Amino acid sequence: MNSAAEIHAESETSKFGMWLFLFTEILLFGGLFIIYSVYRFRNPEGFHLAAEELSVFIGTLNTIILLTSSATIAMSITAIKKDDKKLALILLGITVFLGLVFLVNKYFEWGGHIREHIYPGSAVLENRGHADVLFYGLYFIMTGLHALHIIAGLTFIGFVTVFIVKGRINRESDVLHENSGLYWHLVDLIWIFLYPLFYLIT
Amino acid sequence: MENPAETEEHIIPYRTFLYVLAILIALTLTSAALTQIYLGAVTVFAALVIAAVKSTFVLRFFMHLKYEKRIFTIMVSLVVSLICVVIFITMLDYLYR
Repeated sequence: MNSAAEIHAESETSKFGMWLFLFTEILLFGGLFIIYSVYRFRNPEGFHLAAEELSVFIGTLNTIILLTSSATIAMSITAIKKDDKKLALILLGITVFLGLVFLVNKYFEWGGHIREHIYPGSAVLENRGHADVLFYGLYFIMTGLHALHIIAGLTFIGFVTVFIVKGRINRESDVLHENSGLYWHLVDLIWIFLYPLFYLIT
Repeated sequence: MENPAETEEHIIPYRTFLYVLAILIALTLTSAALTQIYLGAVTVFAALVIAAVKSTFVLRFFMHLKYEKRIFTIMVSLVVSLICVVIFITMLDYLYR
């Protein structure tokens, strides 16, 4: 027997598991935020000056891109629930596209820093002093780890898209799709905090 | 046996997400504008408060906490509180060392 109630209970359990996994992710980034607070507290002026070199424009643009992609994946879940497969696929396509645009922006941003010889371990950065080494160390580690999560999220959404095309994800059984949405929103959530801490502290 | 109407999942309308997105983008631009105008500790505080408000919107609407069972909201609150408490204690240690 596979009653509606049973399917519902199953998807509830699956979502519960996804949330537990998301908690481990929150704690992973939480640890990095603690390191950030301490270093920031000990080098307020240095962090302030180092952050001035980051482009507020690119940071803001990437924030808006991620927020929009979060809204489109959330809407794609509504589309599947309304049995509108085509719209769901279009919305997922937009999500993946925006995720890729985010990564391209990140590539140009990092590329700019590296051309100026600002990267962990570079002689130029070491000469600029303790606070800059700490700031850019955290900047590359935290935005880099975040970018890895974007890549993981895009892969996850890619699988979900294939499953929707094949009909394995449909109106009745949608929990994998919802879980990919939860993961993508978490990646967005982390960026919401990275953005003010790195781009807006000037 | 549960009532079928209760197991029916809540379908969130498209426009809810569009409204939330508009609010999130407005808050992002506000925090960017704030840092261009003011300087100092207040700015950082304001930017973090705005970030907290934004994440509440993401959690409640995009991540469906508003529509899920209460237990999900309680668990998320616990994890977030844990991080806040650890940051607070760490800062106390550095302040009064």
